[in-house]
Order: sequence, then C-alpha cells, then structure tokens
Amino acid sequence: MDVWSGLALGFGNALSITNLGWALLGCFLGTAIGVLPGIGPALTIALLLPITFQVSATGAFILFCGVFYGAMYGGSTTSILLNTPGESGSIITALEGAKMARNGRAGPALVTAAIGSFVAGTIGTLGISFIGPVVVELALNLGPAEYFALMVLCFATVSAVLGGSALRGLASLGLGLLIGLVGIDLQTGQPRLTFGVPELLDGIDVVLVAVALFAVGETLFLAWTHVPGKQEVREVGSLMMSREDWKRSTGPWFRGALLGFPFGVMPAGGTEMPTMLSYYAERKMVRARYRHEFGTTGAIEGVAGPEAANNAAAAGVLVPMLTLGLPTSATAAIMLSAFQSYGIQPGPLLFTAQADLVWTLIASLYIANIMLVVLNLPLVGLWARILKIPTPQLYAGILVFATIGTYGISNSVVDLVLLYGIGIIAMFMRRFDFPTAPVVIGMILGPMAEQALRQAMTISQGDWTTFFTRPISLSILLIALVALVGPRLWGLVVRNRMDSAPSA
Amino acid sequence: MRRMNGERPGAMPDLVVGVFVVLLGLLCLWQAWAIPVTPLYAQVGPKFMPYVVGTLVCAVGIGLVGVALRGGWSHTIEEVEHLPPTNWRALGLLGAGLVANLVLIGTLGFVFAATAQFVLVAASFGSRHPIRDLAIGIAVSLGAYLAFDKLLGVNIGAGILEGIL
Repeated sequence: MDVWSGLALGFGNALSITNLGWALLGCFLGTAIGVLPGIGPALTIALLLPITFQVSATGAFILFCGVFYGAMYGGSTTSILLNTPGESGSIITALEGAKMARNGRAGPALVTAAIGSFVAGTIGTLGISFIGPVVVELALNLGPAEYFALMVLCFATVSAVLGGSALRGLASLGLGLLIGLVGIDLQTGQPRLTFGVPELLDGIDVVLVAVALFAVGETLFLAWTHVPGKQEVREVGSLMMSREDWKRSTGPWFRGALLGFPFGVMPAGGTEMPTMLSYYAERKMVRARYRHEFGTTGAIEGVAGPEAANNAAAAGVLVPMLTLGLPTSATAAIMLSAFQSYGIQPGPLLFTAQADLVWTLIASLYIANIMLVVLNLPLVGLWARILKIPTPQLYAGILVFATIGTYGISNSVVDLVLLYGIGIIAMFMRRFDFPTAPVVIGMILGPMAEQALRQAMTISQGDWTTFFTRPISLSILLIALVALVGPRLWGLVVRNRMDSAPSA
Repeated sequence: MRRMNGERPGAMPDLVVGVFVVLLGLLCLWQAWAIPVTPLYAQVGPKFMPYVVGTLVCAVGIGLVGVALRGGWSHTIEEVEHLPPTNWRALGLLGAGLVANLVLIGTLGFVFAATAQFVLVAASFGSRHPIRDLAIGIAVSLGAYLAFDKLLGVNIGAGILEGIL
C-alpha cells in the first residue's frame, strides 16, 4: 500500500466519532498529566494498559498516542509557569520560558511553545508517514541475527550514549534485563529467577515496574529531600504574540523540528540531546539585538526551538517502534507491551498485516496535533489551575493510583511488596543519578533479544559466527561497539592532546 | 581529609551502591546456575541469557566500585551536591503510609487502605489538615476504584464494602 492510499484509509477510519472521541480523551488526559509535575506519559499509559482488555486495538492506541503527544504539550506549560520541568524534554524550555514568565511574558511563551509543538508534531508525523514505509522495506530483509544485532545497538545507545555515565546507564539496563528474565522460560518451560515464589512464575508485570520507577520511587525521593514551602505559579497574562514574536519564532520552530526528528528516529532516542542542541543553535543564530535576552529576560527563540525539537523527537521515536518493534524510550517500551497484549508484534510486518491499524494510528496523530493546539490555547487557564494542586495532596493522589494500578494486576500483596522494593531501588537511582528509562527498555526488549538470539542460533545450527559473517549484522554490532566505547576513547584522545599541549 | 590519594569524604555512599550492583549480579549468576538443565536439545538453553546478564551486572558493579574508590561520582553531579538534608519525618510518614496500605488492603479492602495511605502521604509532604485530607482521600480512592472497576474493568475487590459498591 502506498502512502497516499494508506493515509486515505487511515483518515477514513480515524474520523469516525468513536475514534475522534478516543483521540480527544487522550489529548485531554495527556495534557493534564504533562502539566502535573511528577507524572509523565510512561506512567499514565502503564496505568491505562488494562483498557487493552476492553476496547479494540485501534481505539486503545489512538488513546495512547493522544496521551503521548498531549504530555509533550503539557510539559511546556509546567516549565514556563512553575520553572519545574514537567518531563525531561522540557528541561531546556524551562531555561528561557521561566525567565519570560518572570518578566510578565508567560502568555507569548506558552503560545510559541504550543504552536511550535504543532509545527514539530506535524512535521514529525509527516516524517512517520513517509519514512515509515521506507524503513519497513529495508527491514523486511532482516533476519533474526540482524534483529538481535539491532537490539544490542538499542541497548548500547539507550544506556551508554544518553545520560551522564555509560556505567550507570548499563547498570540500569542490567537491572531491566534481570527483571525481564524473571518467570518461566517460554522455550523450555523452566522457571528462572523466581526464588520459589509462585507469584513470580508469570514474570514481573511492566505496569508494576513502571509504577515503581515513575510513581513510588519519585515520591520517595521527593519525601527524602522534602523542604517545607510552597512553589509559586506565575500568572499567564495576555496570550497575544506580537508581530515581532511571530517573526522571531518561525525560524526556530522549523529548525527545531528538523533537528529533533532524526534524533528521535535513530535508536539513540531521547529528547534531551536535540532540545539542548536546538537551544545552543538558537542562541548562536539569534539576531544581535536580541542576544542579550538569553539568560536575562528570556528569549522567545529559546522556547520556540527546543520545544519544537522536543515534539519532533518524540514523534520520531514512533518510527523505530512501529517499523522495527524497537522501543527507544520508556513510553515507547510500554506501548510495545500494549501491542503484545493484543498479540500483535510490531515490526516490518505490522505495516502489511495490520495496515488498517497503522494508518489509522498515523492519521490520528495528525488529528491529535490539531486538537492539541486548539485545546491548549483557550484552555491554558485550566491547565494553570491544575498546577495549583498542592504538593501533599498531589503525591498522595498519585500513590492511590499507583496502588490501584498494581494491585489490579492480580490482587496480590506480593505485587505490592515488589512495587515498594523496586520503588526503594528507584529512589536510590534518583539520588545516585542512574537513568530509569533503560530499566523499562531492558525488561521489554530483553526477552525479545533472547528470542531473536535463539532463533538466529537455531537457523545457523549453533554457529556463533553467524552474527559476524552476515554483513548487516556485523555492521550494526560494530556501530553498537562504537556507541559504547567511542565517547570514552574520544575523551582519552582529547585528554592526551591537552596533556601534550604546552601548558600555558 | 586524605584528599592526597584521591579519596573524598563523600565517596562512601557511592561505594555501597557499587557493591550492591555487584551483589545483584552475583544473585543473578547464582540463580542462573540453579536453573535445572533440560534434556531438551536447544542451541541456546535457558541458562545462557541469565549468565550473560549476571556477568554484565557484575562487571558494571566492579566498574562502579572502581569509580567509587577513585572518589565517586556523586560529587560531580550538581543536583546531588545541593541536595537538602534527609527529611526523616517525611520519609517515615510516607513509609508508614505504604505499610498501612499493605496491611489493610487484604482485610478492609482498597478504599480504606488507600484512604489511610492518602492521609499519611499528605502529612509526610507537610499537610496539616488530616480531617480535610481524610475527606479528599475517601473521594479520590472511591473515584479511582470506580474508574478502574467500572471503566477499565480491573477487579480489585471492594473488601468490606462488597455489596455496597
């Protein structure tokens, strides 16, 4: 199916009243949780996973994608009005956005973030529509050996390239892989790492792990470092952007989007790097007479660019997820487990076997984007009010939902004990700067990698060299090696050069 | 302070973390070793991945111990450097909330357990209005229960409220 007939089919389905309803619900919910500090799309989609037993795959995924896109929009509101990033991609937005808000320019900052998100979301979705099928064509030639190599690459980039340190990233990944191993081995029926606890035979549920990492661990860490006092929420003020604001925002929107999307598509994933790059690019390229606004009164370019980059990267993450079945962010990993609960394996065959679902999903992304920009500007007052929920009740409420989401899995107190145990580990991970996303990615992708490895070994009749004699597999593994040790070697080279240079 | 040989005062916690990761890896290796061998023929058996993961975690843990012995990493992170002192009161109340939930959920049911947890967690974050929190807690827990039970179809059992809800 070509792109145009795919899109026609998709819009035909997505414009039904039910599907529009799911999209609207997802956007609304997503924006709300994006605004609330402390909870993000990964946790929300995890808590909503039971819905997969109730509604069709199409409806559920439209809802999830609405939440995913909506959270990106909502995150910027928090960064601007509260100076606390609602999620990791908004850290940069908080730099200039909060300064603009302090100078009474919260309105234009919110508008440029919303429109920038729309521009980037649309460009990103166009990218998914046109690049997705191309990736699928390439991916159809890949065998289990190549898939295994791709997953190794994914492990290397999400743990070693992102975040502060490769060691800590790999430790997080290892914890995730370990959690993924728990339960009955699907090929031989042997229980693994269950310690004789019958509740562990089915494995550890991804909802439990997501809730432990993102709700319990986060709340424990906040209690640990709690300082009494109230945070100030800035007033929104006038939403009008002056003609000058428009002129200054347009360039950054498009540059940010074009910078962000490729980052999302690459298995490195993540939104931190493109937002940061966009920020530095805009600061360099800004017209001289506005340069002084950066870091002082807040420059609108510094909100427009990174916010667009953030949304485009988030959209890009959907490309490897839908075409290869490779999740490169925590949210994508949880969406992947939703696919699995429908018995659908994302990957190149998805575009042919489930063409209806894929194209409806893509069409819904366009629709969600329009809904979000329409929903966000008039309702910005409502979102600002959500921010006024006091911290004690907010976190108490988050834990109520955490409990119900976990206890609902199998009504077992063992699950709650595990939840708190992993939550305590997550609290220490926050304190010692271990990233959490590799845990979720490792636990979802680990079992898939093991399966691909076994298939590849069966095909090669036990010959380990299969991974190195197949050219594509070898090149992917080499890239993974470079990703893992490259930055380290580069650091050594730079240090050597500094040492050998005459000291001034 | 023996900063001369690279030791810093704050490296001890980092060392504990490194050792914990090593132990986690050893736990995985021990469990991999304990998996019974199947008579079924397979190119890669069920023990292989656990051995790989255990080895990876051990190696990473040894690496972290190495970093900790050379001064640790905590002091290089700005956010950790400026961390406020441990708030034992907040942590204690929050822990009490989690334990209360754990103990009550099996007997009294979700709504009561979650409400008790709500009040304790709110108190841990500095709320001084337990009665108001109790009311909000009941409302939130009931709302969450109804949303999950009726809309998402998650069966969590109403406990002693069975038959009323």
